[in-house]
Amino acid sequence: MRIAVVATCLADSLFPDVLKATVGLLERLGHTVVFPRAQVCCGQMHVNTGYLKEALPVVRHHVETFEAAEFDVAVAPSGSCVGSIRHQQAMVARRGGDTALAERATALAGRTYELSELLVDVLGVTDVGAYFPHRVTYHPTCHSLRMLRVGDKPLQLLRAVGGMDLVELPAADQCCGFGGTFSLKNPDVSTAMLADKMGNVLATKAEMCSAGDASCLMHIGGGLSRLKTGVRTVHLAQILASTTEKVYA
Amino acid sequence: MTTFLGVPIRRSRDAESPIRGSETFPQAAKRAVDDTRLRRNLGRATATIRGKRQAVVDELPDWEALRDSGSAIKARVMAELPALLEQLEANVTARGGVVHWAADAEEANRIITGIVKSKEVDEVVKVKSMATQEIGLNEYLEEHGIAAVETDLAELIVQLGHDKPSHILVPAIHRGRAEVREIFLNEMTGVAVGLTDDPRELAMAARTHLRRKFLSAKVAISGTNFAIADTGTLSVVESEGNGRMCLTLPETLITVMGIEKILPTFSDLEVFMQLLPRSSTGERMNPYTSLWTGVTPGDGPQEFHLVLLDNGRTNALADEVGRAALHCIRCSACLNVCPVYERAGGHAYGSVYPGPIGAVLTPQLTGIHGHDDVNSTLPYASSLCGACFDACPVKIDIPSLLVELRGRAVDSDRGHGLPTGWDGAMKAAAWVMSDEKRFAAAQKGLAAGRLIARKGQITNLPFPMSAWTGSRNIAAPPRQTSRQWFAETHGDSEGSA
Ligand code: SF4
Repeated sequence: MRIAVVATCLADSLFPDVLKATVGLLERLGHTVVFPRAQVCCGQMHVNTGYLKEALPVVRHHVETFEAAEFDVAVAPSGSCVGSIRHQQAMVARRGGDTALAERATALAGRTYELSELLVDVLGVTDVGAYFPHRVTYHPTCHSLRMLRVGDKPLQLLRAVGGMDLVELPAADQCCGFGGTFSLKNPDVSTAMLADKMGNVLATKAEMCSAGDASCLMHIGGGLSRLKTGVRTVHLAQILASTTEKVYA
Repeated sequence: MTTFLGVPIRRSRDAESPIRGSETFPQAAKRAVDDTRLRRNLGRATATIRGKRQAVVDELPDWEALRDSGSAIKARVMAELPALLEQLEANVTARGGVVHWAADAEEANRIITGIVKSKEVDEVVKVKSMATQEIGLNEYLEEHGIAAVETDLAELIVQLGHDKPSHILVPAIHRGRAEVREIFLNEMTGVAVGLTDDPRELAMAARTHLRRKFLSAKVAISGTNFAIADTGTLSVVESEGNGRMCLTLPETLITVMGIEKILPTFSDLEVFMQLLPRSSTGERMNPYTSLWTGVTPGDGPQEFHLVLLDNGRTNALADEVGRAALHCIRCSACLNVCPVYERAGGHAYGSVYPGPIGAVLTPQLTGIHGHDDVNSTLPYASSLCGACFDACPVKIDIPSLLVELRGRAVDSDRGHGLPTGWDGAMKAAAWVMSDEKRFAAAQKGLAAGRLIARKGQITNLPFPMSAWTGSRNIAAPPRQTSRQWFAETHGDSEGSA
């Protein structure tokens, strides 16, 4: 299949390892990966901060960029960006009076998937042949869980990873407190939520905390690093891409 | 101490209103987050009730269908509200009740106080009611020399503690039992000297206190959970039985209801009697459900008044967001699952309607007047995690409503006064993020971040990012962005071979 990656502005700029792993994994599974060069951002940050008008050109740019590219399906290693593409872009376009753009956004969203959805639902694999010899716990992230309803797809994939000790995270479905600009607008509440999330991660005695969203990992990882816990964060894609020959994390 | 960008300055506007706070959400929440006793009380209580709710919801194979029914009935109520209210009025009147229409809090308070005064009493008993809290009835009655005695245990704790409720259903959720004991010892007459903090002992003390009140009260005031248009029936759903005493013992009963609390037919009640107890207290069925229709000679109150309260509701009804928010049946499930509520507590929302639904309802009922209005911070009091939407028995999509309200708050500020820091940042970001060349240029600027990083981590950023680095590190920007890596490894073409 010809698969386009939605790099997401965050992983593109700050976490290239996530994209390298996503591309590496898909190519290992025999697919062709394209990177529509003009892509930037899905518009989520603007939408969630209330700047819906400002989100409009960002959304338009996303839609035009991916419409111009040739691919079968698109994938983002981020539940929240896919959530935004699926549930917010058309709304932004409609609110901005551009119904044609809303329809185009909806059509594009119809072939855009989050990584675990793409693997399990579209490509039909749960065992991607990965090898990752670590004790890992998994935070499901709110938008994957509730906006996309990915269910246990990430866990199905993780359970098939060789050498890995997957430990259950207590209160896994609770938000880590990132929430995009929520972490800046309500830093005290955000930090309190993060503290509880970190407490649960530490209780698992895992070496790493994983998730399908670089943004949540940036938050959780930022806290774990500040407290010098020695616990790392790792994106789902990095685990799935790792094999005995090549390690992505 | 953290600083944050764009948070409005404090301004008191109707500072006394029970549905409008006097400080911003982040300010009020900070105090709550720092209060370790409060954090513990809230965390424990919400975790318990979340667990109970989930267990009884999981028992029902048709839960999703029930939610759909509840949502559909509510949609019908909103569409036919004027006709349903007239039908209710006609049926209540036909059964010997008296119906009053109150446009706002002031009018409702005046009507109720007038009725109480005509009975020449200086004390009334009350069943816990959001509507009367919303209009500040107790305070109004007090000004007119009438004492209103709350008979719901949690409400009584709040009242005796000279406190404000912090939860829709469990107003004293923020209090531990040692605190309750202290309040009772200080404020109740005739409590046993050796009162301990054993929950049973505390409940017995409250019971003795209340029994005296019930037996002497001539007038009772209640809210209602549901009013049924086609029969004129009112209902109160409760756990302690104190409500039932209020509803049956006094000679006169006054019920105050927000006009959205109506159901078209008696059979609609069936849906809500399954949805409400499971969502609110995590019980299959609540212990006491009282239903009454007008007056019945020789049985129960011989005079019944129903006050229909608007207080901003018809305005809300005319609005997409407001209309959706009016579907709320005040079960409090969204509060109990909300991670923000769990840390910030109910008082941080500055309104008798706290939590996720409060963040929607309060600005709807009282308006947002510019970015320096404390109400403008409420739609941001959520990480948009979506737990509230999942829990809501009538499927109110609270996260989407919050996003829409954020959009309106930003829009209403456009062209007024100085732009906030957020305006500048968001406009610049939109400019950068709608063009790949501008974005690539901005990414180059990020490289500077590596200079201030230590061992790959940045621990201290200037304002406004100091809000982030107050408690979290951030990884140093990489040497190469993802797009640079892809171009380098996959050549100039957009795809791999
Ligand atoms: S919004 Fe929904 S969950 Fe929240 S109190 Fe109202 S009915 Fe219950």
